Amino acid sequence: MKEILIPVIILGAMGAIFGVLLGVAAKVFKVKRDERLEQIEELLAGANCGGCGYPGCSGFAQGLCRGVANITDCPSTKPENKEEIAKILGVVVGESVPKVAMVMCSGTCSNVVLNHHYEGINDCVAAARYGGSDKACSYGCIGFGSCADVCKFGAIHVENDVAVVDKDKCVACGACVDVCPHNVIRLVEVRQRTFVKCVSKDKGATLKNICSAGCLGCRICEKNCPKDAIHVVENLASIDYEKCVNCGICASKCPKKIIDFTRPDGTKPYVAEKEEI
Amino acid sequence: MKLLAELVLLSLTTILANNYVLVKFLGICPFLGVSKKVGTAVGMSVAVTFVMTVASVVTYFVQILLDAAGIGYMQTVAFILVIAVLVQLVEMAIQKFSPSLYGALGIYLPLITTNCAVLGVALLNVQEGFDFVHTLVYSFSAGLSFMLAIVLFAGVRERLETADIPKYLQGFPIALVTAGLLALAFLGFSGMKF
Repeated sequence: MKEILIPVIILGAMGAIFGVLLGVAAKVFKVKRDERLEQIEELLAGANCGGCGYPGCSGFAQGLCRGVANITDCPSTKPENKEEIAKILGVVVGESVPKVAMVMCSGTCSNVVLNHHYEGINDCVAAARYGGSDKACSYGCIGFGSCADVCKFGAIHVENDVAVVDKDKCVACGACVDVCPHNVIRLVEVRQRTFVKCVSKDKGATLKNICSAGCLGCRICEKNCPKDAIHVVENLASIDYEKCVNCGICASKCPKKIIDFTRPDGTKPYVAEKEEI
Repeated sequence: MKLLAELVLLSLTTILANNYVLVKFLGICPFLGVSKKVGTAVGMSVAVTFVMTVASVVTYFVQILLDAAGIGYMQTVAFILVIAVLVQLVEMAIQKFSPSLYGALGIYLPLITTNCAVLGVALLNVQEGFDFVHTLVYSFSAGLSFMLAIVLFAGVRERLETADIPKYLQGFPIALVTAGLLALAFLGFSGMKF
């Protein structure tokens, strides 16, 4: 009996002493935490996507409490939660334009010429340093899916060697925009429905030999636009969204059908037919 | 003077010939887990060294207490208790007095609780029958030996990041091979007679 009791008593006493010690230490070393921090952290999306520019949601919450961050900087928190946070902080939520990431390239493996063979790490950044992937186009989507790797929401996947964004999952944190070595992915406003799906600045004569879905810079869109909203700059059509009314005329006139136009009901009337090159 | 020479000798032997990580194979988990960057490796090893030294001092007195009660066999349990409490205390103190260091160490601080090298030092102190001064020097050197190993290894791994490694050896396999080679290199010290 004694052999059991003595160790139990001594270790128990040690444990009790240490427990009290820790309890006292917790009081002595107590760090004052802002009460609002916890509430705000709970209301934030908790995705830690870094879209706000702060290290994770807790970093953003600290920034909010110190008054340096702006609640509209968070792309993924729900609007009603933002209202709640604004109430806690005693500020008013500003207007924030919902955005979504979009891959501005149509160079799928059937559209673009594959003229060399890349053997290296399956990573867009690495491939871009060697001059790109198998594709002949040096501007478009490389297709190794570095964007898909950094996406924390599983909103991007590579289809036919071109990245595709799932609009429902995308929160527009911009992680893919930062990682893409060719800057093919842009953040666009959700309400826009007309996009030039090409980023190549090659001359039309060069481009038409390497990709069947590239902007030739023919200016047909420019001539037909009723609002003077689309212009060819450096052999590439670009839309001025200040003026664009999403009428879709440019998309209907584009000979290469690379202007992506979606009707309000979600249908795409002007899709290119498959063309062999 | 004789004591000083003995302590220097003890320290050198612990750091080189009996290196905690590469010869005794203690503390392998953080050695592999926190060695991707030299910066974090240094932070981790400083924290480990501190906890090791303080834990050894406290366990020295705990062992006296246990021996007095005739229950020296309970040392493992008692030491784990001491180490866990110490790590908690250190964590709280660092959070209070140096939030920046707390942020830098982050998750590694609580992980020291489960670092077997810390328990190993405490137990070996008792096994070797060291007096208080020896205990202090031995445990501090043990921390330094951990630091030497993990910082060297982190340096190698930083270079491995950019090296052209065959696909099937990338990541942990090549790290383990490197660790093995490092351990072999440290085996060379065991032939030296201090």
